[in-house]
Amino acid sequence: RKRLPPRVSVWYYWSMGITYTMFHGRVKVKSTAQQEEEKRKEREKKLKVFVSARDAVLKKRSAGENDEEALQLTQQLLSSNPDFATLWNYRREILMHLETLGEKEDVQKLFETELNFIEACLKVNHKSYGSWHHRTWVTARMPRPDWTRELSLCDRCLSLDERNFHCWDYRRMVVKASGVSVEQELQFTDRLIGSNFSNYSSWHYRSTLLPQLHPQSASDSAPNASSSPTASPQTYSHRVCEEQLLKEYELVHNAFFTDPNDQSSWFYYRWLLGRAEREEMISCVYVSREGETVAVAFSKPDHALSVGLMLVLDGQPLQVDWRSAHPRFRHSPVWLCDLPAGCISDINNEHSLTIHWTEKHTHRDCALYAGSVESWCRDTATDQELFRSELSVEKTSVLQAELQSCNQLLELEPQNKWCLLTIILLMRALDPLGHEKETLAHFQTLKEVDPMRSSYYSDLCSKFLIENTILKMEYAEVRVFSLSNKNLTTLCHLDQLLLVTHINLSSNQLVRLPPQFAMLRCLEVLEADDNAIENLEGMYNLPKLEEISLKNNHIFLNAFLEICKLSDLEVLASCPKLTRLDLRGNPVSEITDVQFQLPQLLPMVVSLSL
Amino acid sequence: MASEELPSQFDVVILGTGLTESVIAAACSRVGQSVLHLDRRTYYAGNWASFTFNGLLSWIEDYKNQEEVNTTESEQAWSSLMEEGEDVLPLRSVDSSISNIVVYCYASEEEENEEEAQPSATSSEAVSEETNEASTEAQDMAITDGSTETVKTQNTEDEVSEPIEEQHDISDSSQSQEENEQQPIGSPADPPVEVKKKITYQTLLNEGRRFNIDLVSKLMYSRGALVDLLIKSNVSRYAEFKNISRILTCRNEKVEQVPCSRADVFASKQLTVVEKRMLMKFLTFCLDFEQHPEEYQDHSEKPFREFLKIKKLTENLQDFVLHSIAIVTQETLTEEGLKATQHFLRCLGRYGNTPFLFPLYGLGEIPQCFCRMCAVFGGIYCLRHSVQCLVVDKASDKVKAVIDTRGQRISCSYFVVEDSYIRDEQRRSTAHGQISRAVLITDRSVLTSESDQQISLVTVPPLDSSSPAVRMVELCSSSMTCMPGTYLVHLNCSSSNSAQEDLAPVVSRLFHVPSVPGEEPSEDPEESIKPSVLWVMYFNMRDTSDLDNSSYSLPSNVHVCTGPDSNLGSDYSIKLAESVFHQLLPDEEFCPPAPNPEDIIYDGEGPQAEGAGFDQTNNTEADQNQAEEESAAVETDSSDPAEKIDGVAQETPLESAQTPLSEE
Repeated sequence: RKRLPPRVSVWYYWSMGITYTMFHGRVKVKSTAQQEEEKRKEREKKLKVFVSARDAVLKKRSAGENDEEALQLTQQLLSSNPDFATLWNYRREILMHLETLGEKEDVQKLFETELNFIEACLKVNHKSYGSWHHRTWVTARMPRPDWTRELSLCDRCLSLDERNFHCWDYRRMVVKASGVSVEQELQFTDRLIGSNFSNYSSWHYRSTLLPQLHPQSASDSAPNASSSPTASPQTYSHRVCEEQLLKEYELVHNAFFTDPNDQSSWFYYRWLLGRAEREEMISCVYVSREGETVAVAFSKPDHALSVGLMLVLDGQPLQVDWRSAHPRFRHSPVWLCDLPAGCISDINNEHSLTIHWTEKHTHRDCALYAGSVESWCRDTATDQELFRSELSVEKTSVLQAELQSCNQLLELEPQNKWCLLTIILLMRALDPLGHEKETLAHFQTLKEVDPMRSSYYSDLCSKFLIENTILKMEYAEVRVFSLSNKNLTTLCHLDQLLLVTHINLSSNQLVRLPPQFAMLRCLEVLEADDNAIENLEGMYNLPKLEEISLKNNHIFLNAFLEICKLSDLEVLASCPKLTRLDLRGNPVSEITDVQFQLPQLLPMVVSLSL
Repeated sequence: MASEELPSQFDVVILGTGLTESVIAAACSRVGQSVLHLDRRTYYAGNWASFTFNGLLSWIEDYKNQEEVNTTESEQAWSSLMEEGEDVLPLRSVDSSISNIVVYCYASEEEENEEEAQPSATSSEAVSEETNEASTEAQDMAITDGSTETVKTQNTEDEVSEPIEEQHDISDSSQSQEENEQQPIGSPADPPVEVKKKITYQTLLNEGRRFNIDLVSKLMYSRGALVDLLIKSNVSRYAEFKNISRILTCRNEKVEQVPCSRADVFASKQLTVVEKRMLMKFLTFCLDFEQHPEEYQDHSEKPFREFLKIKKLTENLQDFVLHSIAIVTQETLTEEGLKATQHFLRCLGRYGNTPFLFPLYGLGEIPQCFCRMCAVFGGIYCLRHSVQCLVVDKASDKVKAVIDTRGQRISCSYFVVEDSYIRDEQRRSTAHGQISRAVLITDRSVLTSESDQQISLVTVPPLDSSSPAVRMVELCSSSMTCMPGTYLVHLNCSSSNSAQEDLAPVVSRLFHVPSVPGEEPSEDPEESIKPSVLWVMYFNMRDTSDLDNSSYSLPSNVHVCTGPDSNLGSDYSIKLAESVFHQLLPDEEFCPPAPNPEDIIYDGEGPQAEGAGFDQTNNTEADQNQAEEESAAVETDSSDPAEKIDGVAQETPLESAQTPLSEE
């Protein structure tokens, strides 16, 4: 029926509407107490009705009555409380029973009514687990589900609450079942991001769609993959082709220039910039005649016993026991083994050693020449591959352009932490050594603008400094690692220092020498004066360590117990060659009798300074 | 017409049913005052009214034909009602607040209508002839004015209130009336309007009831005084609202969207990323600018425009902020500009992505809603019923009673009156501003988009420094103000000249104005993308918002309500209503929420006599109106008022609660 657009008529309302009774010119209204009382009574009545209906339903269920009446009763109860899971279960039982009775058309109708009912329940609580679950069940069982209707229901729910994860989940199911095209879904994320770009759900959904729609072409990824034919194909499959990537960069620029404090866009940006996975390989094999040990370093921490390592010495497979550098590690990048006594001890013999990694079909050879006491084999470390894992494998030109954009934003928002951090990452990806000074300055700003996370920034900064120092060391081809007076708070990448003989970590803010320190198989001299070290756990079983200088540290100040335990120094006894130990300026030297007790504990130390 | 008399005693008599008067009426009635609310017009809301298309045409006619009642005759009658020590203070019987009405029709007349012999749209070529000066006006003055200011007053009168120029061919309006009569009201003959079908003048007349054309052009700021009052008083349950869906501006001859919300800025294609940042940064600062006095205090005496420059906003952004977000003038000072920007931003997101709401069926609904509230609490309404004069007690200089147009003396404690009822003798100054208005019916939107149902606010920055900034509101048919396939466009600015002189240049910039009725847009692509004008009306409305109590010499218990101001929001009128209410009843609350029907205690059966003046009031209303309303009311009744009020109070988007009443 067509209707005239009416001018709303006030006169009509007046003649039909309520007129209020007046008392002394005032409308008399019930008092608050009266209203409360009425409400209370109302609630009581409702509760009574609900409880009796519930009891009736449960009775019917235990009697196994799967009839229309039960459907009616559960419907009444669920419409006032859609979170009553037992009732949903009962409803499913009833529906499954009714399904067997009717024709296909009847079943379709039955389920359609059910969907309408669930929709009403969702209006009561649009985050009801029970309702959404039941809807999934119904649509899966229906002869002819109407997916368009389901999609529009999802759209409506998401417009009410765009972070309703129940609805997101359900929608994914619908999309999958109805075969909505990826393009359409991408447009869907366009729309959601357009209406609110702070909703990370939509950004994330986008990141799952793009690689399907615009996958990176094979040739693009080839340079990375070629180095190892065994690289798993999944490694690069989440990448997106460059043309689309540029569009995405533009989109995300718009978001973070509009609101640089919104983390969603920055997270998505990090995803776009990518994360290079380091290829799994044996990065170094080290063999030493002294002690007749072999050390193997992997590019990623692994469990040697489970990956199937095989050692072949001069063509003979040897049965050896692999152990990690420190007993605490089950996964470790460095694994050790002892060779049978005497098999390489003669310095005049030449030996060839091969480590096979059976699982990855890869191996590494190492030759031990006559006259040399040790030998190693490794890739010449190139900076690009060593530490680029944090950020992209993208082309330098793209990264350069992105750095420019971020710098532009930083000019406008010098205090923005997301921008600062992204710039640091970009700089590292482009030229870690060249940008070192700027990077450090940015870290300083970050700690000031975001003091809540200053320790995180310090640790990150330490990591980058260590990486840079390792790179410099590699370029110089020396086995000395020196990083003093740089505010280091943590140690990392120690597996890269397998061959280092001298370490200087003085004047930093280190509090411990972590278990990873045990990977420094060639370490002879350690200087770590003027730190806050209170834990020497990592000084474990270092075969070549001769000298330790730990002046002005906190050994052993246990702030928690306020007890100095001399026995903690016992770990040093596992280093057979340790002869010089300097512990001046540590709490430990104040323990009574330390001069007598310590030599007993560490008999091999000849020069002990306390 | 009923012969029954009105009660002879009221607490408050209110004359005029504009927004301010209606709010005062509702507020007084709500706290138990007996209210008599009168209007000399046949319709509610005075200068705030909305008309159907045909209604507007007859209004133009009627406005032109107003006649001043000869007071000398009635004075005789009055004297019989007078007592010792009383004085008479006559009121004005014609409304001169509207002037310079000019109408052009560009819709083609070619319709298989036989009575349509001569082309009636000669108007398009017509030039506003300087017709004979307001004769009625002059007469009136000659009779009643004995004061010294006569000459001066008359001069100003001549300038500002020209008689209404009826540019429209008479045959049109007479025909429109015929149409009105022919059309059976209950059974509309509205064939589905195809968008592509050419809309003729005849179609406009046939579909005239689909139009609700406002005399004032305003929007509701979603955190403005009016919306707050509607929610607070529960009056919002009587109306439905729609979001303004976009804010546009016209720059370099191009209409484009103004990025005002975060999502807009993000999606905007016209701004560079750096501009986006600058704009967001500035807007964020405006949100709590009071917290950062160091940022603006040095510039608080300088124009806002300067401040925007200092803040390094690009010219683009300066225009956006000044004209479309703050909506202030070039001269506005920094602090005021910041406040306006802040207000805009605070209104964003309450109901939608723009800060504005528009009432379905036009702005004229709002005063009527307050009238309804007043009536529900016992207020008595009479239209086409005015007050001839006030009875003033000489000793106390207070109004004791009024004498209505039927010669009945009604005593009252307070008298509230709209400005246009005041005679010039009671004015201390006759200076006032003017608003230039244009109403256009067009065939498409100034900026087409995916949806053709958009309500847009378009700000048109001044062409040069001397011309005013023009504000334009484009309404789509789902706002229930125009027929499908058309758009109703309101233009508004403070006058510097007549409305046509002020606004015609803007109209021709943004629209295609055919030189011959029904002419197709030319081949020129520039021109062909512009919407065509089907019908246009220009007029000026008096802006008395600068006047206050000191501008009138009236008894102390008479309160004058000045008419609509030229601003976009209605805050001025609501604040005025509140202040008048507090002068009348200093100890009473202003519009407390109306109680829910279920919380009311009913004493005995049904409404008591004093509360229900409805039978009476109904009788005073013309019967013909009654019939019309009954036909209309069937549809309106279906929407549940409780649902609407919930929608407002819980700050959910109103849009979802809307039930378009047009078609199902």
